[in-house]
Amino acid sequence: MRNVKRWLALSMVAAMAAGTLAGCGGSSSAAESAAPASSAAAESSAPAESEAEAPAEASAEGGKVYYLNFKPEQADQWVALAEKYTEETGVQVDVQTAASGTYESTLKAEMAKSDAPTMFQVNGPVGLASWKDYCYDMSGSKVYADLASDDYALIEDGKVQGIPYVIETYGIIYNKAILNDYFSKDYATIKSIDELNNFAALKTVAEEIQANKDDLGVEGAFTSSGMDSSSDWRFKTHLANLPIYYEYKDKGIGATDAIEGTYLDNYKQIWDLYINNATCEPSMISSKTGEDAASEFALGEAVFYQNGTWAYNDIKDNEVADEDLGMLPIYIGATGEENQGLCTGSENYWCVNSKADPADIQATLDFMAWVVESDAGREALANEMGFVTPFTTFDEYLPANPLVQANAEYTKAGKTAVSWNFTTMPSENWKNVLGSALLEYAQGTGDWDAVKTAFVDGWATEYAAANAQ
Amino acid sequence: MEKAIKRYFPIFVLPTMLAFTIGFIAPFLLGVYLSFCKFTTVTDARFIGLANYLKIFEENDFTHSLIFTVLFTIVTVLLINVLAFAVAMLLTKGFKGTNVFRTVFFMPNLIGGIILGYVWQLLLNGILAMFDRTLTYSATYGFWGLVILTLWQQVGYMMVIYIAGIQNIPGELIEAAKIDGATSPQILKNVIIPMVMPSITICTFLTLTNGFKLFDQNLALTNGAPSKASEMLALNIYNTFYGRTGYEGVGQSKAVIFFIIVTVIAMVQNKLTTSKEVQQ
Repeated sequence: MRNVKRWLALSMVAAMAAGTLAGCGGSSSAAESAAPASSAAAESSAPAESEAEAPAEASAEGGKVYYLNFKPEQADQWVALAEKYTEETGVQVDVQTAASGTYESTLKAEMAKSDAPTMFQVNGPVGLASWKDYCYDMSGSKVYADLASDDYALIEDGKVQGIPYVIETYGIIYNKAILNDYFSKDYATIKSIDELNNFAALKTVAEEIQANKDDLGVEGAFTSSGMDSSSDWRFKTHLANLPIYYEYKDKGIGATDAIEGTYLDNYKQIWDLYINNATCEPSMISSKTGEDAASEFALGEAVFYQNGTWAYNDIKDNEVADEDLGMLPIYIGATGEENQGLCTGSENYWCVNSKADPADIQATLDFMAWVVESDAGREALANEMGFVTPFTTFDEYLPANPLVQANAEYTKAGKTAVSWNFTTMPSENWKNVLGSALLEYAQGTGDWDAVKTAFVDGWATEYAAANAQ
Repeated sequence: MEKAIKRYFPIFVLPTMLAFTIGFIAPFLLGVYLSFCKFTTVTDARFIGLANYLKIFEENDFTHSLIFTVLFTIVTVLLINVLAFAVAMLLTKGFKGTNVFRTVFFMPNLIGGIILGYVWQLLLNGILAMFDRTLTYSATYGFWGLVILTLWQQVGYMMVIYIAGIQNIPGELIEAAKIDGATSPQILKNVIIPMVMPSITICTFLTLTNGFKLFDQNLALTNGAPSKASEMLALNIYNTFYGRTGYEGVGQSKAVIFFIIVTVIAMVQNKLTTSKEVQQ
């Protein structure tokens, strides 16, 4: 009996030791970034497997690419482009796309794996803060050399950590056909699109369309302001950019640790306009999705739809013809907004995982260069995905996206583009709390003070939390 | 022969033991360690002591989830067990088509929680839309939506356990009670319930822990909306861990607290109901 116990104890100790060692293997390999994390972790747990893998890696000239893509709209195009690259060069490129709204969590999980993404995205300075330990300095890379201006890149301490690959624009997408129909009616106070250049005019138009929706054959002036996670970023992030933009502009700053919320009343105005002149009751928006809004607009059920150039893929080829697509700046009633343009910027920065195998890093940089320099890559980025890029190599590749052209027109007319300041929002949590408060206010279960608290007080606490060490 | 088994049993146990260690003990210990660390990915962590545990109660979302979960668990444990027992009693009376009904009641349990959640979200939102409301309008709708969903999923499963328990009662016991002049309620109270006490132990244990651990249904049905008001413990932990940069360690320490709560409650419950079991 004693013998048995000894056996049992021994085996348990052995099992435990094996378990802990396996655990150590994983953590130590990640700590010393020079060592290829993938093979070290694999060896300690399953030596046979890593041996089997090694020759396969060697045949791909020691490097492979794993791109974790942020944009679900272009998921299929990326996979197709990766296949083309593999066909041409033999280098393996895996593309995974995180589901809408889950990029950070997917990235976190994937980064802990032994086959971590070699190429990933951050959404700006705040996103970079949490991943800067993983960002490879791309200052010597071809993609960086192709960048039209240093202003676009995320550069910290002289290190090029993120390179944007798309410049995007958002505003209020509108249906020209219905709007022109409205302009021709007797009840229309506003008679042309040129008069529609401030908040008061927008409010008049929206309310008159809403009041005569049956006559115009629409369900509402605005698409549903869905607060489902597939759509709430349009308001808690993109719409919230405007009050932040004007506050920064007044103070002449580009970021802050404490926002005052001087334009919150304007934020309220535009939010009220959205929810009260829409295709659905404000009490219904909690379960409305991004697809709902896109389809309402695409089927001609609503005139206005706040979204950006990326939405073109979702709304094209339906009831609304390409030439009927236009985009208005988001007017919130700030002084001088007649000269305000669309919101233009980027929140899609490519980063290279510095903890990946050096061969994989090289393969990734080669792939990125191929994407922005080769014909196939430029064709895919500009024409299939419809991106405007910040690279000098794209001069002859301007996308056919009518929403992009709308932006070009505003720029030509000398309007000032609104910069994307939401990349300086202190944290995801700040946006989430703000989104919840907006929703509760819209439903009538909360009041505007909660939005104020979330916006102003939340900023200070989240900023402190995010920057505390 | 028996001696040989005794001598070699560690060898036979070893594979399972290894799997258990790799799959459970090691991650668990690592998890406890991580709850004292600050980290972005689990492979590079920095020890910071108790700071994570202190941070949990800086905001009241964890306490809110705890209260919400406890209420939910109380309601579902009671309703599931009462309903499952009632259905089991009906389906052991020997009606025609008993087997069909048993299968039908059991089937919802075979559907995954996420799918169930989305299906019920559509159903309930469809009904609530008539009143210009949605499931995520307030936590009350979310709460009762979750209760309905959980009942639909688990009553059938618990019913099967109760049926097995009821069928195991020797016929002569009930017959003897009848001869002694016991009425139906008396038989139920004094013969059947004491005899199915082992089933009750199992079922309350399962429903209790299921209630606490409910995750996918919650994620699919309401995802905590509005304002985290319908967020249960497991979802709260998940959102803390994945939803907030710099809060991975806090999420981990919430998970440790969660583990302790569930363990304590399950052990107390097991002790209480086991003590009521009778031997034949």
